[in-house]
Amino acid sequence: MNERRMLSDNHYEDVIAEESVCISDNLVYDRPETLTSTPMHYCPGCGHGVAHRLIAEVIEELDIQDKTIGVAPVGCAVFAYNYFNIDMTEAAHGRASAVATGIKRVLPEKYVFSYQGDGDLAAIGTGETIHTCNRGENILIIFINNGIYGMTGGQMAPTTLVGMKSTTTPMGRDVHDMGYPLKITELIAQLPGVYYCTRVAVNSPNHVRKAKKAIYNGFKYQELKKGLSFVEIVTNCPSNWKMTPVESNKWLEENMLPFYPLGDLKVPQKEN
Amino acid sequence: MAKVKGDIIIDIEKCKGCELCASACPQESLELSRKLNSKGYHYIVKIEDNCTGCTNCALVCPDSVIKVFRRTDKKKEQVATITNVTGDITVKVKS
Repeated sequence: MNERRMLSDNHYEDVIAEESVCISDNLVYDRPETLTSTPMHYCPGCGHGVAHRLIAEVIEELDIQDKTIGVAPVGCAVFAYNYFNIDMTEAAHGRASAVATGIKRVLPEKYVFSYQGDGDLAAIGTGETIHTCNRGENILIIFINNGIYGMTGGQMAPTTLVGMKSTTTPMGRDVHDMGYPLKITELIAQLPGVYYCTRVAVNSPNHVRKAKKAIYNGFKYQELKKGLSFVEIVTNCPSNWKMTPVESNKWLEENMLPFYPLGDLKVPQKEN
Repeated sequence: MAKVKGDIIIDIEKCKGCELCASACPQESLELSRKLNSKGYHYIVKIEDNCTGCTNCALVCPDSVIKVFRRTDKKKEQVATITNVTGDITVKVKS
């Protein structure tokens, strides 16, 4: 006791500071308030949760909760409207970009984003996606690519890699029967209406930071009325890839990322 | 005892035990608990005191259950020195 008192007399500030790190002054990372407190229905380790949180963080940073409208897809993220504390709507399968177009044209001062999976955007909604991008609508499209139809039980999607097993390709995807994987992001990057097109991942802390930057840019370009921004997020699907979350992220790094290389596909030209 | 640099608070009821945070932690201070939460998942717990508050675990957490704290070492500047004090004195500091 005496020793303790002596210590506290000599190093008064240190001892006080040593008591607890968990005070609000020291808080460096917290769940954004734009996410509701509803627990997410996604499988353990699913990248959707990270993507949701990044969008919520960016919306919070830009302080546009009251001016943002999101369009949820059909797919695993069908309940996205339960998790965002902003205005959300639900579109028919594949038609999220068309619905987002309508919302943006009626309410041009709002920020509109669509959140779509690969079965939604690259298979059923290919027509809507390509024409929305070609028209250069002033929206942000967030494309979650996990190479599989997640919600319906792991069927082959257009983005499934060659040789990758799914419930409809149990021997692996064969290019003679099923064709080649569709790189939709490269496809739409050529269109003149697209202003910003990039591919990011959420499998490691470093990639998550870059993904947040990409989503931030997407909202920023929308504010400046530059045109369509397209952000592809390569994620995992532990349940349907039949792996643990950690293994699936490793598999993603080794197999998905060589075929879907990360980086900007189309960046704004510098105005002279 | 080493000075604690950072700390985390885990919402164990929302944790699904995917262990992505444990694999992202450079200090290897996270591990799955043997206990279950009300949903039936083994939740993550901090087993070491060597957290640096780098936020890597919170960044990769899909369910946003981790709150990160990091000690901010703001050095307080010395404004005055009082010497040769024999009795009680009152010091007023202008804020």
